[in-house]
Amino acid sequence: MHSSLVDADTILALEVGTCNTRALLFDVVEGSYRLVATGKAPSTASAPVKDVVIGLVQAIKDLQTITGRSLLDAESAMIIPSRDGAGVDSVVAAISAGPALKTVVVGMLGQVSLESAIRLARTNLNRVVKTISLNDGQSTSEQVDALIRLEPDLVIMAGGTDGGASLPLLKMAETIALACQLTSAEKRPAVLFSGNSSAAEELAASLKPLTSGFVASLNIRPSIDRENLQPASRDLADLTINSRRSRLKGVDDLYTLTSGNLVTASYAQANMIRFLGKSCAGNRGILGVDVGASAISITAACKDDSCASVFPQFGLGESLNGFLKQASLEELLRWIPDEIPMSYLRDYVYHKATFPESLPATQEDQNIELAITRILLELSMCEFGKGMPAGLQRLCGGSNSHYEPILVSGSVICDAPTVGQGLLTVLDGIQPAGVTTIIFDRDHLLPGLGAAVTSHPVLPVQIIDSGVFSGAASVVVPVSLARPGTVILEGSLVTDDGTESKFEVTQGSLEILPVPNGQLGRLKLHPLHKTDVGFGTGHPGEMQVGGTRLGVVIDARGRPVQLPREDGRRRETLKKWLWTLGG
Amino acid sequence: MTLAPVIHILPLATVVRERNLPVPGQVVVHLDQKVSPTDVVAETKFSQQHDLVDVARQLDMASDEADVLIRCREGDAVSDGQVIARGSGLIPRLVKVPRAGKVLKIANGSVLIEINSPLFKVLAGLPGTITRVVSDLGVVITAYGSLIQGVWGNNRVDMGLLLPSPQMNSSGDILEAKHLDMSLRGAILLAGYINDVRSLQAAVDLPLRGLILGSLSSDLLSLALQAPFPIVLTEGFGHHPMNPVAYKLISTNVNRNISLNGSPFNRFNGTRPEVFIPLPVSQPPPQGNDSDELSGGKQVRIRRNPNMFEVGILTSLLPGLTQFPSGLRLPAAEVQLESGQKVKIPLANLEILG
Repeated sequence: MHSSLVDADTILALEVGTCNTRALLFDVVEGSYRLVATGKAPSTASAPVKDVVIGLVQAIKDLQTITGRSLLDAESAMIIPSRDGAGVDSVVAAISAGPALKTVVVGMLGQVSLESAIRLARTNLNRVVKTISLNDGQSTSEQVDALIRLEPDLVIMAGGTDGGASLPLLKMAETIALACQLTSAEKRPAVLFSGNSSAAEELAASLKPLTSGFVASLNIRPSIDRENLQPASRDLADLTINSRRSRLKGVDDLYTLTSGNLVTASYAQANMIRFLGKSCAGNRGILGVDVGASAISITAACKDDSCASVFPQFGLGESLNGFLKQASLEELLRWIPDEIPMSYLRDYVYHKATFPESLPATQEDQNIELAITRILLELSMCEFGKGMPAGLQRLCGGSNSHYEPILVSGSVICDAPTVGQGLLTVLDGIQPAGVTTIIFDRDHLLPGLGAAVTSHPVLPVQIIDSGVFSGAASVVVPVSLARPGTVILEGSLVTDDGTESKFEVTQGSLEILPVPNGQLGRLKLHPLHKTDVGFGTGHPGEMQVGGTRLGVVIDARGRPVQLPREDGRRRETLKKWLWTLGG
Repeated sequence: MTLAPVIHILPLATVVRERNLPVPGQVVVHLDQKVSPTDVVAETKFSQQHDLVDVARQLDMASDEADVLIRCREGDAVSDGQVIARGSGLIPRLVKVPRAGKVLKIANGSVLIEINSPLFKVLAGLPGTITRVVSDLGVVITAYGSLIQGVWGNNRVDMGLLLPSPQMNSSGDILEAKHLDMSLRGAILLAGYINDVRSLQAAVDLPLRGLILGSLSSDLLSLALQAPFPIVLTEGFGHHPMNPVAYKLISTNVNRNISLNGSPFNRFNGTRPEVFIPLPVSQPPPQGNDSDELSGGKQVRIRRNPNMFEVGILTSLLPGLTQFPSGLRLPAAEVQLESGQKVKIPLANLEILG
């Protein structure tokens, strides 16, 4: 018998990524939604196929093969609603395929509205190519020429507090209007206005006829000391979907198939992290990190506060062409346990950018891929920290490293050959502090669940309760200034069966305490030498651990992680760390 | 069914390419006209520079008062320094045009001037015949001949005589500066690999008219992008010999006039760098498909290590997932290389040649 909360029996969630297209089937088992299976196929949004539907049909056919359930009819059309054990009752979808939208951000004041507007742009897959503000020293001609030359897909305009002066906004709108008049109709950008709401009507009157779309959203800075990005972020996601519908073949069909339940993957993912963040305990926020070919997306959430950013410049695909502008080959080599010539590394980076969907077949290539991922994670976490609102930082313990749990998705990490390889990449890239749990979204569920949350709010709750996410490890990161080799932490782990194991941790080490499968344990920690394990400097603490694949990992390698300078020792150290986590 | 991209290496094919302006303009060729790669097929005024002259502000008056004093009209051509408004008084203030151009708009006491700039031109990119004209926008060109697609190009186009690199014995030979003498000036050179700045600089200084390489050291990327002639890589970055199928086809056409289009690979619209060798035909040959299903008997190229850029025949798709030395378990195929060796390759690392 179905729960009254369950509003549709069978739900198909589709996700169109840059490299892979996934189909997730959810069905009702004993009154609750459960994940039945996932199908996967290469994405077909880009050349040579240039039609997302082909990849979708392949992913759904893969799902049919796995489940034995017919979802498509003889003409490859979706069977909706379900009948006689075939088809589905509802379809939702998320998309990350397609280039980042070229975005010009216009704000009244550089330090206030412009920065908020840039943060808004980062909540979706946008590439900010230009910023314009009243006090940036550019002439109107220069601003107009930039808007013409850059051919943005989108202009985000913000500024003014609600009810405040609207004249400066109208002046900025004149510049945008002038540039649009000088641009051919098919090249004109869409405009998202999220400033002083009292100016919205006048701006719509002047800009709507001249742009490819005008949306007035709620003010992202309703008052000088308050920022509220979420409503505008939703409108931005809708504008991105509209752009995809007109530019990527098959996306409009997908929109129709889902009855409009199509969102950007980054928005869907952030939505789910916000949802999970609402039940955060204490002052530890949840962190969601998705490493994809098109971008790295990061969301932190704690209770009602959240921050989401998408970094297309740090994607593992084509954007690697710019990787060596962000990091050096020496930095990359630091994380590789093999002897590899610099020239090979440099060629590898450009080669991966040329063929983003190709996969490492040799151990050497796998190590390079994970080393690149470490650096991209580090760079994106650093950028994320800069854009994080002070309020959320306070809620997250005053830093960008204290989260519980950290939910990671992306094939490069979640489908790594061993859990240890994926975990070590996350620890080195994100460098969390204190006590946390690293969870892998191995089935890449978050975008699908995020796409479903509006139309089927019960689905994500029940799916998460069913334990679909795979805990990689409970992680303890003691932060200490002690010299390497000094004992900085003592503790004990008592498992369900009463077994107690005592341990000591020295500064610079990486240790693992296995917790047998299916068992829980009580972990007691006594930091020494002014060490902080997340309870405050020198403060002891205890917690329940277990339910993860590796058990408890104690990462006392220091923050930032210290690697030996000498190449031979460095390579040995990297191999030893990996061996510690199971190879 | 697993679809894979097809890299065209076709001895004889019909090639159809669209060439469009970014904004409406003028098509300067006509239907059935023969064109060469560097011929302009369409052009437009595409000025990205404007001056907004705030007459009211310069004359310190209200905008409606300034409007009356503006002497030019919309559509007028104006020259550098031309006076477009004059104030009153003993020594009247003059408002001058900062740069020559055309008056686009006069409103609110301001004059918007479009700065004169060279025409934006679209080149044919390959030698062929105009088979369709899209009014104000562009053309479709059809050509017959050999087509070899590459993986990287430096966004330049030219046509010239194809010559092999001197002392080139195999598709992986290194091109050195000492090989480049005046007899190669103005030629499109076929070579294997360049790994030092001196050699590429020597090619630039000569200059060549084009360069077809199997691979290039990635630290030469910025110089390759600045080269005044087209460069096309058939394989990619690093030291990799040109695949034997492409090498054989190109090297059997030396001393012919060929076209080289270094358009970079664009994964969203599908354009690729191309070598095109025009050939006479009695019947139009077929066009190649841009994607095909991976299946037994297909000629494939491997795009990751091990066996990177080797060519072989796909003998079978392997059931389930195959574990690789990287530790990854992936859908894979068995491929028989030209040496006769059989290797297992992830499907994601294969592209079809055809």
